[in-house]
Amino acid sequence: MSDLILDVQGLRKTFRLSSKQQKIEKTKQKVKVAVDSLSFTARRGEIFGLLGPNGAGKTTALRLLATLIKPDAGDALVDGASIVSQPEQVRSRIGFLTSELKLEDFFTPNYLYDFFSDLHQVPDEVRNSRKQALFSRFGIDQFAEVKVADLSTGMKQKVSLVISIVHDPDIIIFDEPTNGLDVITAKVVTDFLQELRQLGKTVVVSTHIFSLVEKLCDRVGIIIDGSMALCGALDEVCQGKSLEDRFFELYVERMGSEA
Amino acid sequence: MKNGMFTIFRKELARFFGDKRTALGTILLPGVLIFAVYTFMGSALSSQFSVDEDFVPVVQAVALPDSLSTLAGQAGLEIQSAADVDQAKTLIADQELDLLAVFPSDFDAQVSAYDVSSGAPAPAVELYYNSASVDSSAAYEMMYTLLDSYESSLSNKFDVNPGSQVYDLATDADTAGTFLSSMMPMLLMLFLFSGCMATAPESIAGEKERGTIATLLITPLKRSDLALGKIFALSIIALLSGLSSTIGTLLSMPALMQLEGNVGAAYTPVHYLALCLIILSTVLFLVACISLISAFAKTIKEAQTYVTPLMILAMVVGVTAMFGGGASANLWAYFIPFYNSVQAMVGIFALELNWTFLLVAVVSNLVYTAIGVWGLTRMFGSEKIMFQR
Repeated sequence: MSDLILDVQGLRKTFRLSSKQQKIEKTKQKVKVAVDSLSFTARRGEIFGLLGPNGAGKTTALRLLATLIKPDAGDALVDGASIVSQPEQVRSRIGFLTSELKLEDFFTPNYLYDFFSDLHQVPDEVRNSRKQALFSRFGIDQFAEVKVADLSTGMKQKVSLVISIVHDPDIIIFDEPTNGLDVITAKVVTDFLQELRQLGKTVVVSTHIFSLVEKLCDRVGIIIDGSMALCGALDEVCQGKSLEDRFFELYVERMGSEA
Repeated sequence: MKNGMFTIFRKELARFFGDKRTALGTILLPGVLIFAVYTFMGSALSSQFSVDEDFVPVVQAVALPDSLSTLAGQAGLEIQSAADVDQAKTLIADQELDLLAVFPSDFDAQVSAYDVSSGAPAPAVELYYNSASVDSSAAYEMMYTLLDSYESSLSNKFDVNPGSQVYDLATDADTAGTFLSSMMPMLLMLFLFSGCMATAPESIAGEKERGTIATLLITPLKRSDLALGKIFALSIIALLSGLSSTIGTLLSMPALMQLEGNVGAAYTPVHYLALCLIILSTVLFLVACISLISAFAKTIKEAQTYVTPLMILAMVVGVTAMFGGGASANLWAYFIPFYNSVQAMVGIFALELNWTFLLVAVVSNLVYTAIGVWGLTRMFGSEKIMFQR
């Protein structure tokens, strides 16, 4: 089995702009290129970071990998399954977490865990032992029977996280995993990501926080304006400088002096 | 292997029945409300247009002939002699007097002297009353009938239906069938539609609006399983809601229409089976329609706005049951959505069940539903529709 688990090849995604959006973006172009010829790879047991400013295309790239949207061009192989031709197999191999994915307020974490386990065809015995472990790991057993509507933001995020990995996927894709979380919950999440790496899982995170990348990631891809500016191991990318300084160098190179 | 469709189906039902308020409000309340409102309407209507049983109209008369005073007494009218015609009219206008009857002074003589073939104006009796008063109207009716039968008795050549035997040969079943076949198809369409309206926009547009559908879409769940699971669950809820409204209507029928006895007695189990088939297929079709619209809408509110014209269309088609004298005899009518269900229901209620027509209607509804499921599956797979802002 190859070491390579995620192989992204020249992904391109455009969106049609309404006339209102054209005004906001101050452009006459009808089509906005969100992601253009994006390529990168990730290996088993590493944390890969997609770093970029807001609107750079990080979320679009991750949504493409999660098969929520389809690429205009290019493809990506997730553990051998194509996001274009085998989206169902891709979905069963990844865990995807983003603030866009909401849980139904009406149900309890316990019910939702079982529901999503069923959708992922997890056998009941496996489900129960896995649930017990994850719920106690994140302290969800304290509020397992409280409706999601009555949970705090941090609690909801923990439940979302646990539910995204009910099927114990080998690839975990998290979009801005610590956004909107207090420092304690954020630490629980980042600790868990490192734990996953130790278990041999591959984690892909997107973020605009330099320190998070420096702390967590083995390799990093810097996305600016929809395309990959630089991609490689963290120390290769930094070239002895801090990630922040290196990022702004690249940014000026790409966008001109307007930054 | 766990079945994705069944998982979705169970979740939808758990969502609906777990919320006691929604469940009671959608299922129990319509039936109870309809029963209460119709029963009240029925008794209010019947009391508004009838007078008390011991009612004795008070009539003032000018020059009442002896020949009539005895008859009037027997008919239960209390006759007083009118002192002042204008004052009596004022009393009637004020609803304090029921009737004023003004006879010519020598009424009996004039009547016996009058020759019908002469062409001259006949002797006239003037009856003053107030149609705004139920009592006055009743007094007018009684006096008019009295005078009419008195006139007939003066020159009796023949009678129509004089005996006390039954002349109307319609059976109770026919009467109930005619009535139910004009009313029930429209009401059933309305109840079933309302049941679908109460759940489908919430379940599909609501999931889009709240962002919970994306969480389902990143699981390996097949889009077709999602569509089928939702449509089956929503159909069951709509059926229960429609059932409750229908039971409420049927129970209130005797009070509303003053029908005697059990209105459903004429129908055999075969009719009920046919009715179940057509209702089941209609609900599936309605849920598929409303689900498609809901999947297209961005919010619950938008979905409800889009569905309203469809509801009006369904109602208008339902009203066609009231005209046209029974079910359509054209086969093509049973292919037309909405119209086929209404016509098939008319046939069942009018006791003119035709299995060919019924099965054509049921099968076309199922085919349309299948097309709807296919469309819904496509829509769940479309990023433009699922994630539009």
